[in-house]
Amino acid sequence: MRSRKIEEAIFRGIMIAATLVVLSCSILILATILIKGLPAMNLDMITKTPKGGYYLGKSGGILNAIVGSILLTGGATLVSIFLSLPVALYANVYADKSSKLIAFTRVSLDVLWGVPSIVYGAFGFTIMLFLGLKASLLGGIIAVALLIFPIMSRGMDEVMRMVPKELLNSSYALGATRFETALKVVVRQALPGILSAVLIAFGRGIGDAASVIFTAGFSDRINFSLFEPAATLPLAIFFQLGTPFPEVQERAYASALILTIIVFLISIGSRILIRRYSKHVIK
Amino acid sequence: MKSRRLFKDNLARSIMWFSAIFCILLVILIGFALFQRSRYILAMKSLADLFFLDSWHPLKGEFGFFPFIMGTLWVTCTAVIISVPLSFLTAIYLSEYAPRMIREWAKPAIDLLAGIPSVIYGVWGILVIVPLTKNYIAPFFGRHSSGYTVFAAGVVLAVMIFPVIIHVSIEVFRSVSFELREASWALGATKWQTIKHVVVRKALPGIIAANVLGFSRAFGETMAVLMVAGNVPKAPSSILDPAYPLPALIANNYGEMLSIPLYDSALLMAALVLFIVVLFFSILSRFALVRVERSSE
Repeated sequence: MRSRKIEEAIFRGIMIAATLVVLSCSILILATILIKGLPAMNLDMITKTPKGGYYLGKSGGILNAIVGSILLTGGATLVSIFLSLPVALYANVYADKSSKLIAFTRVSLDVLWGVPSIVYGAFGFTIMLFLGLKASLLGGIIAVALLIFPIMSRGMDEVMRMVPKELLNSSYALGATRFETALKVVVRQALPGILSAVLIAFGRGIGDAASVIFTAGFSDRINFSLFEPAATLPLAIFFQLGTPFPEVQERAYASALILTIIVFLISIGSRILIRRYSKHVIK
Repeated sequence: MKSRRLFKDNLARSIMWFSAIFCILLVILIGFALFQRSRYILAMKSLADLFFLDSWHPLKGEFGFFPFIMGTLWVTCTAVIISVPLSFLTAIYLSEYAPRMIREWAKPAIDLLAGIPSVIYGVWGILVIVPLTKNYIAPFFGRHSSGYTVFAAGVVLAVMIFPVIIHVSIEVFRSVSFELREASWALGATKWQTIKHVVVRKALPGIIAANVLGFSRAFGETMAVLMVAGNVPKAPSSILDPAYPLPALIANNYGEMLSIPLYDSALLMAALVLFIVVLFFSILSRFALVRVERSSE
């Protein structure tokens, strides 16, 4: 009788220890980035582009990478919205519940979700060769859009599945077509969830390095042309860390801090947006 | 008026139908494109040579992937061995034992961990795990090491896949109905006995699926591994040796090696191998999860 109480206590202890290890890892990562990044932080980092000899320790900042990352991921997110929204709407408004096609589509999205980003990079590069593109902003947008499209679609699909069937039926009963119902009822009802899916996808896209390493290239200037190479934050961190100079490596830590802050702002922003846009939702 | 609305509806239907088809086509297209590009090397070398030959000298035309495949397996397995028990216990604690307060704080923290970019994990690995391996762990085993090892990469990857495994596992535990637990408690079982004999047994396929998902995430992870694994093209023989996993090989060499067609083809074949392995594991875990959903309904 007592032995099973002891077993319970032992396992409970082990579980608490495991949870502490996992949680302290996340704190440790954030603390490391903060402690190493803060001392190297200065205003130049986020307001200037690299000057000549930046990677040897001369002055400048990584504005090129910040702007490049936002342009690239923003473009990819836009492309991805136009791909994901129809998929999710088709699965939840048009298709029958037992549709084989939709079952296949969902499996495909799961598979695509798991495909490593380096494979999207290689595939994106293959497409670029096919289209005759060089490493450019557009190439990066294609690769990152492919990478985040399954994440976004799955997210939208999950929230649209939660929309009550009665709501759709009342819309049909009023004489609305499926398309009108999809846009004016389903999208509005699921809007908070759709926005959060978009932001999660954006957050994933802005932090990914492997898919842009040969599709977007790198550039020390800010450029707004689709056909010129663009710098990205993860690659800026990687390159700065790869130099043998301690001053430059410290800037990599500051860049890592900037990227972490951006990712967190997006994550917090998505929570706030969800709350604000919940007012159209019928409960 | 009416016909215009119906026309719009039909147009929208076909566009949306096509985008649903596009998802399925994309999987096939990626596989096909990678296969097309790797056909060149597949025509020149036998699969056995490519997979089991231990010599990587692209300039001499020798493409043995063996060191890289072993590097990937060593690193991934180390990560899984570290991550699986810790994630499993954490998921049980958070879903079964933890007071509401802790649960509400721990879940966003774990989701936060999931959102951190891989390059940040890489920086953390270089700053913390690599020096730790170099100064404490390797000397403890009487070894000299630069710190850039299978072990360092395994630890960084393990931390990266914590949130994947924990998140899915908690969902799976939740899908086990509360009545089952109540029935077990009513028979006099303790909480732990209930978990051991009822909850875990019921959730087992889902737990396996969660771990498979974690495994395939670790398998294809590139940036963090590239930064801490050491990248020496030789099959590791212990966890304190450096490794050179497949994704790191692609990331390091692709793009600049286009001038050598065979090299280009070899790297795309590496990408094809990653794709096929991940495809297999995704479908496997998908079926396991569907089985859990069905049995809990």
